Amino acid sequence: MKNYIQNLYKWIDERVQLQSLVEFMGKKYVPVHRHSIWYYFGGVSLFLFIIQVVTGILLLMYYKGSEDLAFESIHFIMSKVEFGWLIRSIHSWSANLFILAAMIHMFSVFFGKAYRKPREVTWLTGMLMFFMALAFGFSGYLLPWNELAFFATKVGTDIAGDIPIIGKTILEFLRGGEDVTGATLSRFFGFHVAIFPGIFTVLLTIHLLLVQRQGMSEPLFIEDEEKYEKKKMSFFPNFLLRDLLLWLIVLNILAILAVFFPWELGTKADPFAPAPAGIKPEWYFLFMFQTLKYIPANIWFIEGEIFGIVLFGIAGILWTLVPFWDRKSFRGERNRFINYVGIFVVIYIILLTTLGWLT
Amino acid sequence: MNEKERESKRLFLKSILYGSLTALSAAILYPIFKFLKPPQQTEVEVSSIKAANVNDLEKDSGIIVRFGNKPAILIRNANGDFKAFSATCTHLDCTVQYRKDKGIIWCACHNGQYDLNGRNIGGPPPRPLEEFRVVIKGEEIFISKNV
Repeated sequence: MKNYIQNLYKWIDERVQLQSLVEFMGKKYVPVHRHSIWYYFGGVSLFLFIIQVVTGILLLMYYKGSEDLAFESIHFIMSKVEFGWLIRSIHSWSANLFILAAMIHMFSVFFGKAYRKPREVTWLTGMLMFFMALAFGFSGYLLPWNELAFFATKVGTDIAGDIPIIGKTILEFLRGGEDVTGATLSRFFGFHVAIFPGIFTVLLTIHLLLVQRQGMSEPLFIEDEEKYEKKKMSFFPNFLLRDLLLWLIVLNILAILAVFFPWELGTKADPFAPAPAGIKPEWYFLFMFQTLKYIPANIWFIEGEIFGIVLFGIAGILWTLVPFWDRKSFRGERNRFINYVGIFVVIYIILLTTLGWLT
Repeated sequence: MNEKERESKRLFLKSILYGSLTALSAAILYPIFKFLKPPQQTEVEVSSIKAANVNDLEKDSGIIVRFGNKPAILIRNANGDFKAFSATCTHLDCTVQYRKDKGIIWCACHNGQYDLNGRNIGGPPPRPLEEFRVVIKGEEIFISKNV
């Protein structure tokens, strides 16, 4: 048996020089220090994304993307198809954990200033993937065509419609018309299963290639610390095996959540019913949702909601472009201001999310 | 062919190349953008509907009715008078409802509040609800757009 595997390896190696790839992996090291744990969250995000692709493809076998059949087809998946409830529950839970892991990954990179030269493009592709993850969440949320999703989509697309000048065009593009209808469902289905995965795969490939090429960044503050001696661990197999162990733990957490807290389907959307009391978006939109509740109807001469949207838009752009305005980290100097910004953002998100959860 | 002629020939070929590339991209992108823009559905403009019968609504209650392809809210107040408004919240497009306990029109999405004249009195809505005219003919209630 061993001989067969060796022969197969040799056969491939003769054609694509596998040996050089193995040597490259052997030469890749991961820094070891007291903040090394954060390196694992990128891998966890990747793992959860893979789970999304697999369970998503499985759901596609039964899902029907139309106004009349969407809700019924998911009901069918959950009640008739064997393990359908499990696959759907894992897809929903994994989506949420994916965004959580990506968020932790993003903040750890932010606080470690890992976005500084030469890793600006890695940060940019990462941020674009994060926004895509939110878009995945938003588009996927509508697919069951239930009451909560219907109004969440109304609100979300209406917000996009408030963008100055191009808002109306974007709103019609997203909704496939003026209102949220079956046309919107068709479009969101297309975004969710074709367009977004396509773009995401390209971004992910660039992101991973860059990480392999440039290696992991070490936080500036660690480099400064006295008595700090550089330690490292080889990526293959040491770090990879630790990665796999964590993936196994995450898989178990996911299974426990999916089995003991199955994702609900709710009631079918009715365009002519009032918005149900206690309506809330997914938790990762909650802090923005809650902020919109507090902004008064009019601020100076502009409508409150437009004010809020523009504010979040600017904040998001500044956050994404941090490698280009944080000149201190670029020069390898410590920049406390960035830490304050990061801490403020984390506290703001936690506080407003909690408020949104409780009220 | 001297250097000058060669240069001018190169420039000519370049402009043809870039010109055709631009034309090609335009020829590909234009239909895509047009395709993505949803066609205008010519629906019959609804200006008046029969909303309900007088007996369908108790005093101090409200219902959502279909006004064309948009929701409208028909309210009967404590005195027995009828009022009708567009049920689309002026904040972010959710559908409002009648709150008996508070005697207001309420939007669950962001806690928008309107009084029974449709005026925005609390929460984030920036404008009042569009009011419809209510006409009662015998037992039947008709609502129509104010012209």
